[in-house]
Amino acid sequence: MSTIDLNKSSIRELNEKLQNSSPGDKFTVNNTVGKHALSVGLTKNINVEINGHVGYYCAGMNQEALIKINGNAGPGLAENMMSGEVRVTGNASQYAAATAHGGLLVIEGDASSRCGISMKGVNIVVGGNIGHMSAFMAQSGCLVVCGDAGDALGDSVYEAKIYVRGKVKSLGTDCIEKEMRDEHKQELTELLKQSNMGYKVEDFRRYGSARKLYNFDIDQVDEY
Amino acid sequence: MSKDNPTLIESATFPRHVIAEIQRAAKTGIYDIRGFGAKRDIPTFDDLVFLGASTSRYPLEGYREKCTTEVVLGNRFAKNPIHLKTPVTIAGMSFGSLSAQAKESLGRGATLAGTSTTTGDGGMTPEERGHSKTLIYQYLPSRYGMNPDDLRRADAIEIVLGQGAKPGGEVCF
Repeated sequence: MSTIDLNKSSIRELNEKLQNSSPGDKFTVNNTVGKHALSVGLTKNINVEINGHVGYYCAGMNQEALIKINGNAGPGLAENMMSGEVRVTGNASQYAAATAHGGLLVIEGDASSRCGISMKGVNIVVGGNIGHMSAFMAQSGCLVVCGDAGDALGDSVYEAKIYVRGKVKSLGTDCIEKEMRDEHKQELTELLKQSNMGYKVEDFRRYGSARKLYNFDIDQVDEY
Repeated sequence: MSKDNPTLIESATFPRHVIAEIQRAAKTGIYDIRGFGAKRDIPTFDDLVFLGASTSRYPLEGYREKCTTEVVLGNRFAKNPIHLKTPVTIAGMSFGSLSAQAKESLGRGATLAGTSTTTGDGGMTPEERGHSKTLIYQYLPSRYGMNPDDLRRADAIEIVLGQGAKPGGEVCF
């Protein structure tokens, strides 16, 4: 276990150390005080525990690494993540896991607007509520919301699956409620287990694409 | 219903004269809008004024002073600066709007000419990387084809702030 104190090390030194580590290495990062771009561009299966709040783009482009943030996260958390796991014990700001291709993001608190925007395969589990325009243009992967969802959920969604336990303020264009089939219950069970969320699968509803925007349709012209 | 052919349903999208024009264009191959050209006058090299701030002046004595078009990008801080034989480069165009073959062709041509090509919204294709000696990776607001492994395979990164086709959007300083 190696400890990095951001009162003594710069962000560049931190990221270089993490990027040049060996698989299996463990790191603790202290005194973050909302600094930006921490623990980004990691490519190996290492374990990073960050104590404190982080600023924007923490854990960006993550590959393989397991990153835990004991605090809140600023905008762009785990943006373009490819694999690995990122967990935040507090809340996350706007566009968490935007455009992420894979891996698992767990936000134990609330997530702000545009959570999972243009997601491309990542799985996101939010313990609390999410803000407006979440899963906008989401292409694949799952967004699990254990609380409520804000306005325009899943606007222009492609093939991503959205599971919400609480209320949805409004659905976005081309997003509809869909049947919860056995494969969805199985998938959701697995995600709730991975993220340590103790909720019942039966309390969730599934939302997804009506697929009416896939091809140009003159009757839908106002929706584009 | 059409009077001439009762099996056809009148289009709600296009009026008859538009459909007739489409059919005529398809039949004759003669139409106003087509690829590979523009009908308006476009600038030639004679219309352009180059501000030669960093280029050599016209060599009065060629054996003493060379006049070249070589360009080096990143010669102050980069570990691997970009060396181009000409400052004219191939701008970003996405795989998707261009085929893999077209991207490969641009890469081959640029490599022969000693200049660079640029990826686009569609990300980097193996064909493009394989045939372009100097390939610049576009990092875009959309992140459509964004892949960190491709980012590392690039020779340089171009950060897109906005696009002429989307005035007023995207860029916030």
